[in-house]
Parts: sequence; structure tokens; C-alpha cells
Amino acid sequence: MNFTKPSKQLLILIAALLISGTALAERTLLNVSYDPTRELYQDFNKEFIKYWKDKTGEDVEVQQSHGGGGKQTRAVIDGLEADVLTLALSYDIDQIAEKARLLPKDWQSRLPHNSLPYTSTIVFLVRKGNPKGIKDWGDLVKEGVSVITPNPKTSGGARYNYLAAWAYAEKTLGSKEAAKDFVKKLYKNVPVLDSGARGSTTTFIQRGQGDVLIAWENEAFLAINDNENGKDQFEIIVPPTSILAETPVAVVDKIVKKNGTQDLAEAYLKYLYSPVGQKIAAKHYYRPSEPEQADQADLKRFPKLELFTVADKFGGWAKAQKEHFDDGGTFDQIYAP
Amino acid sequence: MSQSNIMPGFRPTIGFTLIYLALIVLIPLSAMLLKTFQLSLDEYWAILTDPRVLASFRVSFGSALIAAAFSGIFGFIIAWTLVRYPFPGKKLFDALIDLPFALPTAVAGIVLAAIYEPKGWIGKLVMEAFGIQIAYKPLGIVFALIFIGLPFVVRTIEPVLQEFDKAMEEAAASLGATRLQTFVKVILPNILPAAITGFALAFARGVGEYGSVIFIAGNMPYVSEIVPLLIITKLEQYDYAGATAIGLTMLLISFLLLLSVNGLQWWVRRRSGQL
Repeated sequence: MNFTKPSKQLLILIAALLISGTALAERTLLNVSYDPTRELYQDFNKEFIKYWKDKTGEDVEVQQSHGGGGKQTRAVIDGLEADVLTLALSYDIDQIAEKARLLPKDWQSRLPHNSLPYTSTIVFLVRKGNPKGIKDWGDLVKEGVSVITPNPKTSGGARYNYLAAWAYAEKTLGSKEAAKDFVKKLYKNVPVLDSGARGSTTTFIQRGQGDVLIAWENEAFLAINDNENGKDQFEIIVPPTSILAETPVAVVDKIVKKNGTQDLAEAYLKYLYSPVGQKIAAKHYYRPSEPEQADQADLKRFPKLELFTVADKFGGWAKAQKEHFDDGGTFDQIYAP
Repeated sequence: MSQSNIMPGFRPTIGFTLIYLALIVLIPLSAMLLKTFQLSLDEYWAILTDPRVLASFRVSFGSALIAAAFSGIFGFIIAWTLVRYPFPGKKLFDALIDLPFALPTAVAGIVLAAIYEPKGWIGKLVMEAFGIQIAYKPLGIVFALIFIGLPFVVRTIEPVLQEFDKAMEEAAASLGATRLQTFVKVILPNILPAAITGFALAFARGVGEYGSVIFIAGNMPYVSEIVPLLIITKLEQYDYAGATAIGLTMLLISFLLLLSVNGLQWWVRRRSGQL
């Protein structure tokens, strides 16, 4: 092809129009989330885009990013321009507030229910028929039981798993020393440490490793209901006590100001609290914070169990993180030879 | 100076080389060095002598060494077969050798884990026959690194073998050398420098390999945790200085090892009269 001078200019003009055209027509929101929320937000984003179009006439796009909570948090601190965060634990958002100063430290008080539109908990997924007879946390340390759980250094979900086991042991065995011994025994039974919750689920389901997967409640439900033959292969075991997984959301002030997406980001998170958002959360096996908004049929699926919080048992995330997961913490100690 | 050179374009090419080196190698490395300077010497030492870090160094360098040695031996056999013997489907086989270069390492890792896991096709057979588990054990790391490293050896030995004059072997045979003598005294000295290069490349690649290994290693602290994973773990705890300290040390060790491999190569060449 022979480009004469004017046609080249024309091409540049067209390119410029195209670029500015897309920039004018829509804004993009980036939602940085943790590992197992993929399906929830795929569904929710569709609804939100429709809602926003009806309300304002504007076409918007919502992008999602998922991964182990630690990796996601570090990416945001290092410059990934997240408009909204929907992470697994408040400690990760605290870190972003503290280290990168992208949002104020009191972010958690800005939205209803401590910025928790939904919560979750930790349950067990076992092979069909429960051949190893897993009923409670105590069964996980038995000899010959192989347990799959991710690395708590890199995965938010794994930290909940670890703390839930610890709290169980401290309560039933009576001391911190005994609890440390308990988790040491538990992790002796762990043959593979994946870096995120979804990786562990894959190891358990696809790779066929382990007798029991310590999993997010929603992840366990997903494995059973959205997997071909899931019902014939696995079953969920709900321990009598577990941890309340508080999975908060926040708008990242500095980024939305820079991107001009503040109204959009705020509406996005508010929509999570709306009847539509609460219904979608419950549908995807997250426990909605305003259950009266969700479908009763969905709510019935959640088993009743005694839930404790990180604040109750460990004095908050900052303390738990320092004591258990920082370098030299109890998790490092249990692996030291 | 440019006049004394036979080839034209000395200045632009050396300029390009220096800029390339600065942008791609020196600046990133000095940034890493600077980050490490945030630590005092004591802190640096404490990070490095942490038993878990030491264990990961043992795992990484040990498995890379074993894998490179395997790749060296089997890579030579493959290269020999490809150069010396005609067989049906040779072209296809030859092309397959390069596959690990092109395949995303994560894909390789997932596939290898699926095959070698205790319930996988091959893993099951090995488990039943020998009671050995490959995936999720240190052995799995070695398997992944052999997969990644083999083409380096094959591709460095192949051209040398192709150029190798068969008449030398025939001369050795006609002078009464046995097959073993011909191999040890004639063939081996000629291909050894190339084999060492292939070994060094496979080893260097293996030490830094991340993508394929994490899927098959099991990633247990003190047992099957490789250095790159430990660096990532440190980063995810926002311990940037600690991560760079380990990275820098790894770089230094690799550099020293490669330097000594080069020295070894020089020595071999001199001995076999190629210099």
C-alpha cells in the first residue's frame, strides 16, 4: 500500500478521534479484590452497569482484579490504580491507608456495618462420605489426615483458617502453648501450601490432594454446586465454631480523585448494600449484612454456627498479624526444625 | 579509533550496547543494591542466616544443580541422536525440543504437576512401582527444572556436533582406538566446552525459575520452598528490603558460579588445545 501524505494525516486524525472518543464515552472502574470473589463480582458488575446506565445514561466499564490478598494489597501500594477495594480483611486496607496513604485511616467507619456489605466464614470441604470422619477442628490434627490450606503469609483466607484453628485450640486446650502445638500438628498434615485460596481449591478438587480443604464458606459451596459432579464428590462439614470473616470494601480516595471516578466508585459500593447487591451476595454464598433484603431461599443455605471475631479473640488484626504472621511469628516458629 | 577498525559503525554500536546494558542491566541492579543499603550489615546478615532462607538457598541451588547435571547428560544424548541418526519424524522431534522455550512456564508447571502428582498418569505409576512421590516434593522441582533446562543443553551441543568432523573418529578407529577411547579422547574434549555452556545456562535458568516450579513444588518452608518464592513472600509482607537482600545475594552467588563455570570452560579449552 502506498501512503501519500494526506492519507497519513487522515489516519492520524482517525486514530486521535478513536482514542478521545472512547475516553469521552465511558469511565472505567477498577475493583481490586481477593481470590474467590470472581463470580460474585462478575454478576454484580453486570447489574451495576445496567443500574448506572438507567440512572445516568452513562456507559461505564468495571474491571476486576483477583489474587491472593497479600499480592493484591502490595500491587495497590506499588501503584495499581484501584478505584475500589473489596478485600478479605481490614488489615490489608489498613496497610494501604498506612503505607501508601491513599485513603484515610478511618475508612472503615464510612460505610454501613463497618464497611462490610457481606461476611463469610471458614468451613471444611471433604471427599464424599467423609471417609476420615472430620467433624471439628480437632479432627484435622489426627494422624493420616491430609489437610489443604494456603500459605497464611500470602493469603488472607489462610490467615482466617489459621486463626480459627488457633482459637479453637486455645479454647479447648486452655493455653497459648497448647494452641501453638495444635497448629504445628495441623500444618504437619498439610502437604502443599498454595499462595492463594483459589490455588488450594484447585489442588483439592482438580489435583485430588488432601482429605479436607479448609475453605471460605462461599468457595466450599461453589465447589459443590457450580462444579460438574460436585455433589457426588464432595460435602461440606460445618464445625461447631468458626471465625467470622469480615471482608470489607472501601473507595480509594486519592485514586478516584485522580481518575474522576469518585461518584461512580461511591455508587458502586453503595449498590452492594442495595437489595440487588445483597441478593447477589447471598446468591454467591456470602452472608449478607442486611439479610432481610436477600432471598429467603438463599439464606436458608447458610448453616448456623457459633462465630467469633478477630477482635474478640486476638485483639484485632494488627495484633494478630504481628503475633502470628510477621517474620518470626508463630507461623514461622511452627515450621522451624 | 574508528579509523583503525575494519568494520564501520563502531561508535553507534558501542553506544547502543552501553545504553542497553545501562537501561536493562545496570540501573535495575543498582536500584536493587540501593534498596539493600536501607539495611545495616547486621540486619542483612540476620536475614541471610535465617534458617528458612538458608534452607531455600539449599533447595534452589541444589535442585538447579541436579537438574542441570541431568540435562547435561540427557541433552547430550538427545543432541547426538538428532545429529547422527536419521529417523522418521526427526524434524518434528527437533522442533519439539524448543517447546519449553515458548511455553509459558506456568502452563508447564500446571501440566507437569497434573502428570506427576500421586494420582496423575505417570506419578501414579511411579508411586505404585517405587513408592516415590514426585509432585509436591523437592523431586518435583528437579523434574520441572529438567524440563526447562534441557533445550539449553541440546541447542548448545547440537551445532558443535554438526560441525564435528567424522574423519577424526575414523582416524582414531583406524589407529586402533576402542569405541570408549574414541569417545573419551576424541569426541568428549571437543564437545565439552559446549556442554559446559549448556549446563551453565540450564543451571542459571533453573536457579531463577519461578513459574513452573511453584505449581509442582508443594512450597513447604524448609523443604520445598525455592528462593524466588521466598522473595515473593517477603514482598507480600511489604518487606522490600528483606526481599532485595535475598535477591542481591542470589545474584552474587549466581554471578560467582557462572564466573567459575566460564573459568572452567577456558581451562578445558586450553587443555584440549582449542585456545
